[in-house]
Amino acid sequence: MKLTLKIWRQPDAATAGSMHTYDVDDVSGDMSFLEMLDVLNEQLNAKGEEPIAFDSDCREGICGMCGLMINGEAHGPVTTTTCQLHMRSFSDGDTITIEPWRSTAFPVVKDLVVDRGAFDRIIQQGGYISVNTGSAPEAHSVQVPKEAADRAFDVATCIGCGACVAACPNGSASLFMGAKITHLGELPQGQAERDSRVVNMVAQHDHEGFGGCTNIGECTAACPKEIPLDVISQLNRDLRTAIKHGH
Amino acid sequence: MTDMPDTTLTSHPSIDVPLEVDTDDAVDYYTPGAPISDTKAPDGPIDQRWSTRKFEARLVNPANRRKLSVIIVGTGLAGASAAATLGEAGYVVKSFCYQDSPRRAHSIAAQGGINAAKNYKEDGDSVHRLFYDTVKGGDYRSRESNVYRLAEVSTNIIDQCVAQGVPFAREYGGLLDNRSFGGVQVSRTFYARGQTGQQLLIGAYQALERQVHAGTVETFTRHEMLEVIVVDDGAGQSRARGIIARDMVTGEIQTHLADVVVLASGGYGNVFYLSTNAMGCNVTAAWRAHRKGAYMANPCYTQIHPTCIPVSGAHQSKLTLMSESLRNDGRIWVPKNKADCAKDPREIPEADRDYYLERIYPSFGNLVPRDIASRAAKYQCDDGRGVGPEVDGVRRGVYLDFADAIGRLGQEAVEEKYGNLFDMYARITGENPYEVPMRIYPAVHYVMGGLWVDYDLQSSIPGLFVTGEANFSDHGANRLGASALMQGLADGYFVLPHTIRDYLADGPFEKVEETHPAVVAARESVEKRIEHFLTVGGTRSVDSYHRELGHIMWEYCGMERTEDGLKKAIEEIRSLKDEFNRNLKVLGSADSLNQSLEKAGRVADFFELGELMCIDALNRRESCGGHFRAESQTDDGEALRHDDQYAYAAAWEFGGEGEKPILHKEDLVYTAIEMKQRSYK
Repeated sequence: MKLTLKIWRQPDAATAGSMHTYDVDDVSGDMSFLEMLDVLNEQLNAKGEEPIAFDSDCREGICGMCGLMINGEAHGPVTTTTCQLHMRSFSDGDTITIEPWRSTAFPVVKDLVVDRGAFDRIIQQGGYISVNTGSAPEAHSVQVPKEAADRAFDVATCIGCGACVAACPNGSASLFMGAKITHLGELPQGQAERDSRVVNMVAQHDHEGFGGCTNIGECTAACPKEIPLDVISQLNRDLRTAIKHGH
Repeated sequence: MTDMPDTTLTSHPSIDVPLEVDTDDAVDYYTPGAPISDTKAPDGPIDQRWSTRKFEARLVNPANRRKLSVIIVGTGLAGASAAATLGEAGYVVKSFCYQDSPRRAHSIAAQGGINAAKNYKEDGDSVHRLFYDTVKGGDYRSRESNVYRLAEVSTNIIDQCVAQGVPFAREYGGLLDNRSFGGVQVSRTFYARGQTGQQLLIGAYQALERQVHAGTVETFTRHEMLEVIVVDDGAGQSRARGIIARDMVTGEIQTHLADVVVLASGGYGNVFYLSTNAMGCNVTAAWRAHRKGAYMANPCYTQIHPTCIPVSGAHQSKLTLMSESLRNDGRIWVPKNKADCAKDPREIPEADRDYYLERIYPSFGNLVPRDIASRAAKYQCDDGRGVGPEVDGVRRGVYLDFADAIGRLGQEAVEEKYGNLFDMYARITGENPYEVPMRIYPAVHYVMGGLWVDYDLQSSIPGLFVTGEANFSDHGANRLGASALMQGLADGYFVLPHTIRDYLADGPFEKVEETHPAVVAARESVEKRIEHFLTVGGTRSVDSYHRELGHIMWEYCGMERTEDGLKKAIEEIRSLKDEFNRNLKVLGSADSLNQSLEKAGRVADFFELGELMCIDALNRRESCGGHFRAESQTDDGEALRHDDQYAYAAAWEFGGEGEKPILHKEDLVYTAIEMKQRSYK
């Protein structure tokens, strides 16, 4: 199929960007979206134009490195990562608009690449259980009900891609944060730091410039791992409890 | 401890049969060097060696640790766990990764699980059996002390990860669940649905970020190590004292100095262009160290994974693995008749299907080790009985069928176990595997070869340690399923933190200035190389060269290798590399994010590595594990080892620019286990 692509190009964080139009031919339905961009980049390179910068690594939907706004939707029309979106979701003659994640807290690095360092800094504030290597008790000393373990796993599948933030009209990272709060809060091991964890992570979240949650739900709709919206309820509940406890 | 009885193994008389042709195929390609050995593993009973070494390794006073700095390159399981643990201990740690966050390292993509000798199933498992299975799985080409230690610390890993909150699968009683995995007969694999690597890495990543918060670890994301700094300490001892890294966003070339350097930079499977590795996986950190004196061991040992999604066309940028845990319940088959290959598989009657693994290997069936399963699939396809779309005139795929499992367990149970894998398959192929059998084909997945290390995980450059897939030590010629995660975390959490202190006990070492000639030279060589890539001014893209190199490697240094093929490959690689140096086209500048420039450096190193892999494969005229030389097989086509000649690790020393590599042999001595020819029949 033949496609017209409108792509955001921006040399670096300090320079203003703009949309550019490219045509790409010979796109097959079996190509992933990123392989289609590879083909375009080969064409650009051959013509002497600098290839478009975009992030990707594992290309199997698990590392969370890739992420594009495709026709205004984070990761495009299918509930998956950009690397797992295949061109069979598009039709011959389509025009596709491609932009980087848009959020104050995710500054553009170049073209379609953004800086998501804010996520790491949120985790640094308490997205863990404090246990030094070697000090762990025998694994079977604690039983975890299967339901809790399954729920913890389901929300622990968050890949930190940032689609939730990009999709949110407020640019909130509440879904990302709620997933971590819920993952660790479901487990007996996570209880000791439950209050401080939520308080410190939320403080960092706000400090980074992410917006507040107003229960719009675009985040969960865009999430490639289908993290449910109720992790944000859990986040808010834990935060209230922590404040009640005097944090 | 004596060897354990195992009814699945038979001594094979042919292993003592000398080679028919007593020649060294690689004689024109290398220079023989002096033998080497591991001097760090203590003598004595194998189950005492690690305790002894831990005791004998000198301690570093907590107050002194603050004065000792460690650079760790890579944030996968082996790197993140080491950085976190050394940070907890109080060392000053700098952690580097090329991704935008440490959480994205490629360990994250491991699906199936992690082995540990917990024996929770009371099915006869033990540290010794895990050790035994790993040595046997590695086809008796690993170092037994290292493997025993790996099995020994495996149980600590599970404890540690559970305490961190890794959500392993559990049974209804709330205890941990286990599954059995390719190549073994006990259930010792812990898993988190099909995302075990992700969950373990997030555990290690969180531990790492905790140390960032504590101020012991500093992370450098989007930074790529491009050179190792080796400095003479004045007493005639060369030591690794830092790295040259490029800030991939600004292009700044930075010098980072430390008392010790750890490479946890992963494997080099991307030398094949198409592999299950992430796009950015590369050999540059390891190769730069190799050029500075670190030996590269057994580079030809490549694991080809049998259960990947087949190639769909020329645009393919990577291959996707499906966890081989699928082989627990899926049955592998091809049509008996070539005429059926293009048919809808559901219309092919049972009698016309060839479940070839169950037929040839009745006791292990679909669970034979990866190399056997991979080669068997290749043979079916070469025989014209492959299935799926024709690419370049051949159907390269076999069926992996869950119809029986769905009938036996119900779709819900299958979904519970493999749901995300089935979803992934459906997304990539557009087919529903609950209804139509999956198609699979082998792909390069893991490399057992890597930088040579001693028992302390120290390379042949003092002060340069290597962990995880980047080293060579534990998997021999083939790695068992669910053992990569085990090794990465064993190295990072439980081995390196003990062994590195013995080295650091001599520190802090004399301060090195940025003006030191060795530092300046390292920096200048990096700058010169970058300038070269940007000024060749040719016509071909980096990717086009990479793809062509990968094709040569897959064709001649892939699942089956021959003397003629390997010699041809070496010629082709040399000529392609020459063209690469004259006709490369890299646009953009050095002082901003430039992904073509990054790739150029990596591909340049892949050329040199690819050549060494072929030389290593040429030298090893035997078949073992993932290395299959067509000249060395039994009458019925099974791999044939030659323990009399090749029971060694081949440690290659860089011979200099344009010079032949130098081969040092480390004899593999087994005292706790008897070498046997593998038989999975």
